[in-house]
Amino acid sequence: MSGDLLARIWKGRWGYCFVLPALIPFVIFTVYPLLQGIWLSFYKAGVNRAKWTFIGLDNYVRLFTRDNAFQIGVKNTFLFVLVVVPVALVISLFVAVIVYPLRQRSQTFFRIAFYMPVVSAGVILAMVWLIIYSREFGLLNASLEMLGIFKLFGIDKIGWLAQPDTALLSLSLVVISWSLGQPLILFRAGLGAIPEELYEAAKLDGAAGWQQFWRITLPLLQPTVLFVLVTLTIAVFQVFVVVLLMTLGGPANATQTIVFRLYENAFTFFKFGYASAMAVVLLAIISVVAAVQFRLLDRQAH
Amino acid sequence: MNQTLDKTRPAPRPRPRLLKRSLGWYIAFALCVLLAIGLLIPLYWMIIGSLKVQRIAIAYPPQWIPLTPTLENWQNLFGDKPSFRWMFNSFVVASCIGLGAVTTSVMAGYAFSKKVFPGREILFWAFLLTMMVPRQAFMIPMFILMRNLKWFDTYQAMIVPFLAYPFGIFLMRQYMRSIPDELLQAATVDGASELQLFWHVVVPLSRPAIGAVSIFAFMAGWNDYLWQLVVTNSEKMMTLPVGVSKLAASGVGTTDLGLSMAGATFAFIPMFIIFMVFQNYFIKGITVGSLKG
Repeated sequence: MSGDLLARIWKGRWGYCFVLPALIPFVIFTVYPLLQGIWLSFYKAGVNRAKWTFIGLDNYVRLFTRDNAFQIGVKNTFLFVLVVVPVALVISLFVAVIVYPLRQRSQTFFRIAFYMPVVSAGVILAMVWLIIYSREFGLLNASLEMLGIFKLFGIDKIGWLAQPDTALLSLSLVVISWSLGQPLILFRAGLGAIPEELYEAAKLDGAAGWQQFWRITLPLLQPTVLFVLVTLTIAVFQVFVVVLLMTLGGPANATQTIVFRLYENAFTFFKFGYASAMAVVLLAIISVVAAVQFRLLDRQAH
Repeated sequence: MNQTLDKTRPAPRPRPRLLKRSLGWYIAFALCVLLAIGLLIPLYWMIIGSLKVQRIAIAYPPQWIPLTPTLENWQNLFGDKPSFRWMFNSFVVASCIGLGAVTTSVMAGYAFSKKVFPGREILFWAFLLTMMVPRQAFMIPMFILMRNLKWFDTYQAMIVPFLAYPFGIFLMRQYMRSIPDELLQAATVDGASELQLFWHVVVPLSRPAIGAVSIFAFMAGWNDYLWQLVVTNSEKMMTLPVGVSKLAASGVGTTDLGLSMAGATFAFIPMFIIFMVFQNYFIKGITVGSLKG
């Protein structure tokens, strides 16, 4: 039996050769750090390697019983996901359905507009939005004032990032702005794969407009919706750049997120063990949420 | 698979009319246009902002079109800051990641789609699963590893960890599954060696996917921020996103807004050009990656 396995390994030797160049950096820079990260989460580990000590589950206990900022961070991270993912999903699907039947050239305009924020680095967009959101000279306040919105509600200019009740939503808007391009292109491709005959048949049955959308388009786009949902969720759980460059988690912890807590603990306070525990928690949350999404949507599809 | 791939190409068939052109449709279309303009405004604001002196940048209400445009910020960016060095660094890092990642991805993608060997599925799933793992989860051990290797402030620290590119492997595998096995067998019968087969048959047939993977890997390297921030200390080893972000790091109150917008625009231009030139590869990459194999 083992001889059989050896023979198969020998027969597949070229397969291993072709995988090797990817496998070596993968093991050194992904698998090994991942395992070491899990291992580190059970240690009190700072800059000095000699002083690392095993403390069991203490890091985790502290996270969930005493670290108020982290708990707020978990809550906010979920809020980010709950705001950004549905909004980005609905908007991109909506735009795809409206834009898809248009001429190729008009589609190109939309593609460029929606994809431009995706190719721009998050850093530069965060820097621009920081200025747009400014209370004193920001474009957003100026536009709202010009439209008479402030006068209508009788309110003063808003410090979008300075107030706890608007900061998180303001950051969400920035994240949404670069989360639309990818889904839009995917939905467009998905729409192209739906056979035209189905719509013809539906027309004969008297289904028109939105009925066609609910009965044909949406069910057939289900695999694309699932893919977009899972990838978007994973991406938004890691929201970080906007926090680092625009609010530093403030005001009053209103925009703390898991990854920002992790970053500060690891690279400002050099609490490697404690920050590793946060990484493990994040990993666990993402795995569970992605698995649930898969289950729910896959069951609906069949 | 062949069929699904074809469908991602623009098909020469009558354009579908999903919705009737009613009043509702026009309202919906107007919303889409507004949204598109809304997404372009920040980029417009960035470019315009780079042409304003501080006094005008903080004026209220802001000037939609700068009445007295100035190139002062650009002169400062190029004169006082090592901005071309940052761009050079970004190019080195992104190109090496692009080139290296596409090489390992093509080879691994070929093995995972066309070769049979024990452990193939497990290995493939290992790559695939790490795509879902947040980068931050292995950043701390990687940081320690970099310290042990004494790699801080070097190019290799920003390049080597990204030479294995799971998304690229996944995409190559998906694409190569559509290459007919008979084609490879025919070449083998004609006496092609393993390497010849790979280089003269597989690589040419995978050209669109290779283009897509290179561009995505390049973009990932160009727009990466967190890791490059963590492993660079000196100003001359910084990449564009890191260097440019430092221009704004001191907070809005004291930041030279025009200078920071000039830096942001400078970092934006190369990616903008690449996107405009290689649009089709971007679309190909996004769509191939999502199809079920």
